Amino acid sequence: MKKISYIIIFSIYFSCLFGQETILPALPQSEKIALVNGTIHVGNGSVIENGSVVFEKGKIIAVGLNVPTNGMKTIDCKGKHIYPGLILPASKLGLIEVNSIRATIDAEEIGDFNPSMRSIVAYNTDSKVINTLRPNGILLANVVPDGGTISGTSSVVQLDAWNWEDAAYKSDVAMVLRMPSLLNSGVRVGQRGQRNDEDRLAMGLKKVEDIKAFFREAKAYLASEKPSQTNLKFESLRNLFDGKQKLFVHCSIVKEMLVAIELSKEFGFEITLVGAEDSWQIADVLKTHNISVILNSMHSLPTMIDDDVDQPYKTPAMLQKAGVLFAINDNDEHNRYRNLPFNAGTACAFGLAKEEALQAITLNTAKILGISDITGSVEIGKHANLVVSSGDLLDMRTNDVQAAFIQGRQVDLANKQTHLNEKYKTKYGIK
Amino acid sequence: MKRSFYRIIFCYLFIFGYQSFTFSQETFPVNDVANPRQECYAFINAKIVSDSKTTIDSATLVIRKGVITTMGKNATIPKDAVLVDCKGKYIYPSFIDLYTDYGISTKSINSENSGNFNRTTQIESNTKGAYGWNEAIKSQQQAHTMYSKNESKAKTMRSLGFGATLSHLKDGIARGTGVFVSLADNADNYSILKDKASAHYSFSKGSSSQSYPSSIMGVISLLRQTYYDAKWYESKPKEEGINLSLESWLANQSLPQIFEANDKWNVLRADRIGDEFGKQYIIKGSGNEYQRVKEIKATNAALIIPLNYADAMETDDVNDLRFVGLDDLKHWELGPANPGVLEKEGIVFSLTTSDLKSESDFLGNVKKAIEFGLSEAKALDALTIVPAAMIGMDSKLGSLSTGKIANFLITSGPIFAEKTVIHQNWVQGQMFEVKKDGWEDIKGNYSMMISNQGLTDSFKVVVNENGNAQFIQKDTLSGKYSFDGSLIKMSYPVGKGEKSKDVTLSGVVMDKLLLGKGMDVDGKEFTWTGQFLSPIEMKSDSLKAPKDLELGAVTFPFLSYGWVEKPKQSDFIIKNATVWTSEKEGVLQNTDVLVSNGKIKSIGKGLNSPQATVIDGTGKHLSAGIIDEHSHIVASSINEGGQSITSEVRIADVLFPDDMNIYRQLSGGVTTSHILHGSANTIGGQTQLIKMRWGASDEELKFAGADPFIKFALGENVKRSSRATGNNRFPDTRMGVDQVMMDAFTRASDYQKMLKEAEENNKKKGSTPMVVRRDLELDALVEIMNKKRFITCHSYVQSEINAAMKVAEKFGFVINTFTHILEGYKVADIMKAHGANASTFSDWWNYKMEVVDAIAYNAAIMDKVGLNVAINSDDAEMARRLNQEAAKSIKYGGLTEVEALDMVTINPAKMLHIDNQVGSIKVGKDADLVLWSDNPLSIYAKPEKTIVDGIVYFDRVEDAKMRVANKAEKNRLIQKMASLKKSGKGGDIKNMTRARPRFEFVNSCGDHEHNHGLLEIDSDELAE
Repeated sequence: MKKISYIIIFSIYFSCLFGQETILPALPQSEKIALVNGTIHVGNGSVIENGSVVFEKGKIIAVGLNVPTNGMKTIDCKGKHIYPGLILPASKLGLIEVNSIRATIDAEEIGDFNPSMRSIVAYNTDSKVINTLRPNGILLANVVPDGGTISGTSSVVQLDAWNWEDAAYKSDVAMVLRMPSLLNSGVRVGQRGQRNDEDRLAMGLKKVEDIKAFFREAKAYLASEKPSQTNLKFESLRNLFDGKQKLFVHCSIVKEMLVAIELSKEFGFEITLVGAEDSWQIADVLKTHNISVILNSMHSLPTMIDDDVDQPYKTPAMLQKAGVLFAINDNDEHNRYRNLPFNAGTACAFGLAKEEALQAITLNTAKILGISDITGSVEIGKHANLVVSSGDLLDMRTNDVQAAFIQGRQVDLANKQTHLNEKYKTKYGIK
Repeated sequence: MKRSFYRIIFCYLFIFGYQSFTFSQETFPVNDVANPRQECYAFINAKIVSDSKTTIDSATLVIRKGVITTMGKNATIPKDAVLVDCKGKYIYPSFIDLYTDYGISTKSINSENSGNFNRTTQIESNTKGAYGWNEAIKSQQQAHTMYSKNESKAKTMRSLGFGATLSHLKDGIARGTGVFVSLADNADNYSILKDKASAHYSFSKGSSSQSYPSSIMGVISLLRQTYYDAKWYESKPKEEGINLSLESWLANQSLPQIFEANDKWNVLRADRIGDEFGKQYIIKGSGNEYQRVKEIKATNAALIIPLNYADAMETDDVNDLRFVGLDDLKHWELGPANPGVLEKEGIVFSLTTSDLKSESDFLGNVKKAIEFGLSEAKALDALTIVPAAMIGMDSKLGSLSTGKIANFLITSGPIFAEKTVIHQNWVQGQMFEVKKDGWEDIKGNYSMMISNQGLTDSFKVVVNENGNAQFIQKDTLSGKYSFDGSLIKMSYPVGKGEKSKDVTLSGVVMDKLLLGKGMDVDGKEFTWTGQFLSPIEMKSDSLKAPKDLELGAVTFPFLSYGWVEKPKQSDFIIKNATVWTSEKEGVLQNTDVLVSNGKIKSIGKGLNSPQATVIDGTGKHLSAGIIDEHSHIVASSINEGGQSITSEVRIADVLFPDDMNIYRQLSGGVTTSHILHGSANTIGGQTQLIKMRWGASDEELKFAGADPFIKFALGENVKRSSRATGNNRFPDTRMGVDQVMMDAFTRASDYQKMLKEAEENNKKKGSTPMVVRRDLELDALVEIMNKKRFITCHSYVQSEINAAMKVAEKFGFVINTFTHILEGYKVADIMKAHGANASTFSDWWNYKMEVVDAIAYNAAIMDKVGLNVAINSDDAEMARRLNQEAAKSIKYGGLTEVEALDMVTINPAKMLHIDNQVGSIKVGKDADLVLWSDNPLSIYAKPEKTIVDGIVYFDRVEDAKMRVANKAEKNRLIQKMASLKKSGKGGDIKNMTRARPRFEFVNSCGDHEHNHGLLEIDSDELAE
């Protein structure tokens, strides 16, 4: 505890002296570290009381009760909670700095079919937003491009890096497809205006045919031994067709989800539905076909005016019950993604067990992103991506992150906001 | 013989009638031999329904030169009258439609021109000439100067039974005068029955491209201001010069005033405008008035009601039905009952063809309304005497009596009976045939004689209704006939199936005798006669008896989760709860709270009251209801961005209680909400504090007796920094924002001085009276300076916060609240010295430039500096988690749980000046309470009951039941629609549409994006 306090005090001192730009990425883990006597939330549903976690060279080497910790740097976690680092499953972190300023946006490319776009090359490790996520327990993020129909590939980054190459945790994990809207149009002659009456469903289905045609051509191209001309768009789909990459389909309603499943069967893609607000309506179908889901911000109004007023809050519990693999996201552009643990907490208030909720922002996410072999839970062999909180991480009332480790490196929890906080506390003489 | 005579008259009318009714006008040249006429007709043997109460059997109606001269049982028939035998027929007054633009070219009207938040601003009117400042006030329009008959349109209207209509140019907020015209095919000089018959108003600015008003609250303010301006203009102020708009506005005041509301809430809104200026509008509704009929009744307004029922929807795709709204389904079912409900409530109304997709649906829809409970008498009234009386034309039209204009219908039976047809529609004494077929009753048993080159054959023929005839030979052959009033065609098949061939006959009908030529199946021609033997038995035709319709209930509000019966106040004790008082007592364990008559009566242990029900609070937490200082729900418009200063507009004018977000936020513990104008301009509109009384009317939502507030805004939004196309509306910098306020309050000070001078001057005897123009915009600012109205000011960065306080101090008042105030932590000490409150977000930042320095520690720092701090939502979704937003100050800044909860209870109550009434659990305060499942600062806490005024408006157990009931009701309606299609019921399935998604309008301040779900339509997209 003392050591942690030292670190905090030091970093505050350091940052007040030098300002926000001096929050340095941590050096590689140089010595064995043991977090002892904590409540370990493994991330796979199990909890170890009074347990210890030992990690060396960035990897967890021991977890459990009565783990020997002699000669190691030990951090006492008595009364505290140890969690796997939280993972943002789909965000525009590092691609958008200030939403309203076009110059700071690198998320949407011009054009409709952009499979060769790679979010990782635009990921800005100096975004002021990144450092504000760590004190809430978020240590990894999948950075997803936006725009068009096929937006490009997303990559997983770790949130303590000098540049995007350092940050790349797993590159190009998924190709991102945005399903055209298949919401039936209709005119509502209502209180305040009308929507036009074009047949948007037909337009959407036409667009789906365009997508399939594109994939069919790509498939044919990739089947040829030596294409006479290189097509970068098609080349960039090779991993997807080879099964080395997933297809993330951003969609919302049942028709869109069913069309996505049908499309995945035709081309043999492994898909994850992103957004999927109405996934609860076809949870058993998703289970049967092993379709995973990333639920976008649950802090949203229900899709339909007639829906249960808390439908978005309880969708996770419904998916859990059906056995669907799902992750919870925070794509809110106002609080800038930092409420991920509280989204999981909300799901908990509406039917999900606490450890299940945790799993939905750790191990489930890792599975969906294809990184569960190296992270997502507090288990031997995995990266030491760990968070220590004095209280329940999923409740803002108790969420109080005191230390965080990415691949064993203890990261600075200071950020622009803590600096400004310190600056003005000093001005007003607030303790 | 009589009949054939009649036919000859008819032929005559057809050939010459057209000209004969074009009266020779004195001033017009004659291009013919002068042909003066008396146009005298006597309609004999008719059943005359002169009005809904009076029917005269076997009566005579005499008209001359377009006017009824005699009517009655034994009326003398003038010798020069042309006789029309109406045996078996009914005569009714022709219908009157008060809501058309018949005969008026609408070419000049562009489509709706209202812009959005980011539109280029047009400050001034584009209308050339000595007119008023606002293009949408078109009081100078005069329909009678634009009118010219439109025969094809008139023909359609006449075929529906209409003989006259009130027509106006449907363009603008003030639309000038309407013209009352007949639908005769006369020279325009004659068809105008009254040139200036009415004055018209609406909530739509129509073709005006001027930026102001951009919202319905702006429209209301503009109308109010125009009333004041017109009054002032009467004093001939030299500052104004000639203002033709105000002159015509004044001239139009004596006419019947008709307001197009087009929605139930708009009916109430329009009526309130009228009340302020002593005007009782006739209000054009929309067909959803049944949803708030009590409130509408209370307006005392007469209504003009359309019959545009919602179309049925396809029910074959469950994935599409998912997005169909229960309210839309219910309105589909209940819409036809609207006129009947109005009748039952004693509301005076007329019916109009307005808003119908196809006018040909009109009569069918009237009959449907009757099937759904409207009496036939009221239906007739609503089409005749009532509209005539509404515009003071009932001495001329609307019923049949001597001296009235000869506008009447001749029908085959009772006007609204299922099979009745309108044969003729006489307009201004001019005959228009609507349906000739069936005028002459040729139904009956005939003896048919066929003669073919000396060979004769005879058999019986039964001429039935609906064009069916039986030819009884060896077999009875089913054939067809058609009769157009003079010529008859008949045919019947011989042989079976595909091989059958037709015998055809063609001829004329003379009294009791059919006669003509035919051709048999072998192509041989023959002649034939049919002698009438006897009439056939007919089933009596009447309107379908109103059957048990099995209609769903009207709920309050008209949405899912609405009440069938509004919940009532009752006494109760919450026992043994953890009570978060938000008072100095802090948190009380194992405590009871007794609520009586909507107030907190006592707090303590072991409380008892015989009449109080007991609610077990064991293991639960009770807090005061959450108060949201900054919200944009429950309003039909939020931003009036047409100008930089719009202090005249009022959210109070546009409250919209049919907002699901009331219920959703009750489920999150909100009991009081401050509905603010958006941030489109520096000095925005007047705000409205409401209580979350789910199911209440707009007036009942208001928090009675609270101090009035107004919204101001600073920074990027008001200088419109996010616009891609640049900004042409002053101001464009924070320097300009400062000057907008300086200028506004300088003008307000001068205005106040002038008012005072005028008052003193006018007290003196013999002085020339001073008239000061009442300025609604400056009135609100004067109230601020006199501490009668208080500011809540949207603000972000420290420079603008500081500057706004300096302006206020210069004019001697305090900025009551800075809202958003994300850099408040930088100037908290200055704010404290000034005396401002702070209402902020917990953790929003970096979504625009002015919030890059926003920090989650803001609330805690401001609190520790000693400011009164609240956490607000500004977001329909976040409002239901305000307790959690407050709890973030525990994490960011280390506030205690009690301090955190205060930021959404007593602190906002203080800054809204309502802490004597709400905001804490204290004896004597309103029983606005939330019973939580857990510590209210925890993410795991859910409100189990949310109570306003001692009424449980949200109860998680009841909510679960309502969800089930909603689903059942939705399913019932879908099945009803589906069975309708199966039964192929013509009228209903003709207009069947695809399943219509139920989009939801959600207001926002225009400041930032919101997560509001798939079917949300940001109202800024539409009308702001």
